[in-house]
Amino acid sequence: MTSAITRREAMFGAAATAGSLLLAGGNAGAQTKPTELRVGITTFLSGAASVFGVPARNAAELIFEDINKAGGIGGVPVRAYFVDEGPGTDHLVGEFRRLVQNEGVHIMFASISSGSCLACTPLSDEMKKTTLLWDCGTQRIFEEGKHPFAFRTQGYGTPEVLAPLLYLLKHKPDFKTLAVINQDYAWGRDSWELWKAGMEALKPGVRVVAEMFPRFGAPDYSTEVTRLLAARPDVILSTSWGGDLVTLVRQAAERRLFDRSTFVLPVAEASMQTLGKTMPAGHVIGARGDHWNNHPKPKDPAKLAKFVEAYRAKYNEYPIYPCHHMAQAIAAMQAGFARAIAAKGGGWPNDQELANAFRGLTFDTPTSSITLREDGQGLEDQIVGLSSFTEKFPFAVPKDMIIFPAAMVSAPVGQKSVEWLKTLKPEFLAQVPAPVAG
Amino acid sequence: MSGSANSLSRPAGAAPARSLGEGLPALLGIAALVLVAWAVPWLKFVLTIALAKGIAVLGILLLLRAGQVSFGHAMFLATGAYTVAFVAPFQTEALLLLPLAALLATLLGLAVGLFVVRYRDIFFGMLNLALSMVLYSLLEKLYEYTKGTDGIRVSVLTFAGLRPERETQEWLMFGLALLLAVLFGLLVRAYLASPMGRALAGIKTRETRLEFMGVSARRVLLFAYVLSALMGGTAGALVAMTSRHVTPQLAYWTSSGELVFIAILGGAGSALGPFLGAAAFELVRVYAAAAVADAWQMILGAVLLLVILFAPGGIWGMLAGRLRRSA
Repeated sequence: MTSAITRREAMFGAAATAGSLLLAGGNAGAQTKPTELRVGITTFLSGAASVFGVPARNAAELIFEDINKAGGIGGVPVRAYFVDEGPGTDHLVGEFRRLVQNEGVHIMFASISSGSCLACTPLSDEMKKTTLLWDCGTQRIFEEGKHPFAFRTQGYGTPEVLAPLLYLLKHKPDFKTLAVINQDYAWGRDSWELWKAGMEALKPGVRVVAEMFPRFGAPDYSTEVTRLLAARPDVILSTSWGGDLVTLVRQAAERRLFDRSTFVLPVAEASMQTLGKTMPAGHVIGARGDHWNNHPKPKDPAKLAKFVEAYRAKYNEYPIYPCHHMAQAIAAMQAGFARAIAAKGGGWPNDQELANAFRGLTFDTPTSSITLREDGQGLEDQIVGLSSFTEKFPFAVPKDMIIFPAAMVSAPVGQKSVEWLKTLKPEFLAQVPAPVAG
Repeated sequence: MSGSANSLSRPAGAAPARSLGEGLPALLGIAALVLVAWAVPWLKFVLTIALAKGIAVLGILLLLRAGQVSFGHAMFLATGAYTVAFVAPFQTEALLLLPLAALLATLLGLAVGLFVVRYRDIFFGMLNLALSMVLYSLLEKLYEYTKGTDGIRVSVLTFAGLRPERETQEWLMFGLALLLAVLFGLLVRAYLASPMGRALAGIKTRETRLEFMGVSARRVLLFAYVLSALMGGTAGALVAMTSRHVTPQLAYWTSSGELVFIAILGGAGSALGPFLGAAAFELVRVYAAAAVADAWQMILGAVLLLVILFAPGGIWGMLAGRLRRSA
């Protein structure tokens, strides 16, 4: 019904077709080694979540540069295609198709936003394209269905909420009242549901004095702070992140809310640099994983230091957790390709062979190693600690850290997180490892 | 606002371009679409979405004829989309879901329309905007039912009882969108040529005259509004069935803005305008995003600015002008 397809578009189309036909030739039959390994990466380049998306893209560019200098993956140089999650789902799923069908990417990295992940993962099934879920946290992905081509190379909501809860129960076992102030969107609601289920099982009888869900991106929390000052909860939970968390902490600190209540901030790490010394000491902070700059016993300290220094040298800031999650996805990709190529005796894997290589894969990160379970979920340890200041960093880092082994805080394969959390018993606390000074 | 709407459709209003001039471009357009969808498989998806949005923008075009701009039309799109998402687990038949979604959107259009057609210009636009944001908030906050911002996955659909392969299904959706686009295009053309349609222009120029002639302006506008809601719902159902994932974003004011943007881009002069605009919008966005993932918004904005500055009649205005000159 349209004649918007001008000559230029037609040429664009023709060129694109020629490209895709060439690719089709390369992908079919005897899987010859491609001239480049194409990686499609969806990340936020615009909007509020670009505070995560842009550093993650920076990290990817940095690491790919390194990989290519060292000869690429399996001798093939890597090329990344970045796609913005900002415009919404219908645009993103179109972009996913473009990357797979037109650019001929060999592997996809999907999404910061849980909504994006929920939309892209079924596409990976349909298009039979290995997709690494590199940052999104929703537990719904692998708990509501099987996705043979999707793998999450990091932790997810359940361990990221349960670990701070266990830490709180160890650190301040006698708290009686709690308030929650989360962003009003899926993660804010989901994380509260997980927390509540865990808390009611592990420490029944805590009184919830306020449940607040200010709108996403709210610029002012004065009413909420006033209410919290009046309610005097022992503990205040907030899984907010990015600019929202920075605003909340600043306004709460200004009015001395941190002196009255203990805060639990599971996604604090990414905002610590912005907050600097404004972040009060002695509150529970998490990082959606174990990648703190002051990790007490990283598996490969030299590698961690090298990554952090290289990132700082290039971008003039410390890497935050999305950078590490990106690095994890890339490490998984390297290990997965290596395994698939080895399994084929040096040949280049097709889509199915590549996916097979990821099932049960273990790969190293600078701080630890991560195993992808049979359902595709990665097991990433969690470190939670108390905010503190040291000579070394101009921002808060945790002390008295507890390293939670991933298997301990993740719902077992085939179980739904909320149901599983409800079955926990207070004795579970005895399994929590002792804190390590950091 | 009404000022801009006036200037938008003036070139077309001045010349009743409803001549034979539309048939050939339409046929060429259909052929071009099918050709592109066949030659570049991934564009099939983008073009299906473009056709769906074109259908929704056709509704906006009706209201533009009356000089009214709705900044909340995405609410009908979202209604259609969420109807599909909610009902799909129980009834997977696409050919039933589509009319159901259209019906619900029409009913909502009637309920909302009864209220908003009493207002004109900025009040009309803003009331629509407000109501669409109410729907957005509901979709976002009724977390138990709508899964909030994460949205709902639309389960695999059947077509006339069959469950086709992915490739076939993509063609089916594309074909369905194209068919509906043609049907609604023809319907809108016939409607605009009818006395009811002509009366819309009367609302824009001087409403009192209409009333003196014994025509109820409110009823005329209500009919157009309900028709546009029907098309919005159909578009939403198509979007949901194509992208297979719905989020409250669909009802957000930026989505409504996008529809108005497309209407301006395509030009309000012809039933072809919305489809030209939607295809141009989606293609510019997708190629801009591919070329510069960081700055595609800027390119899109520049395109709109250029169109407003140099082609106030939109893409259709440009084409029609060229056709008239060559004829």
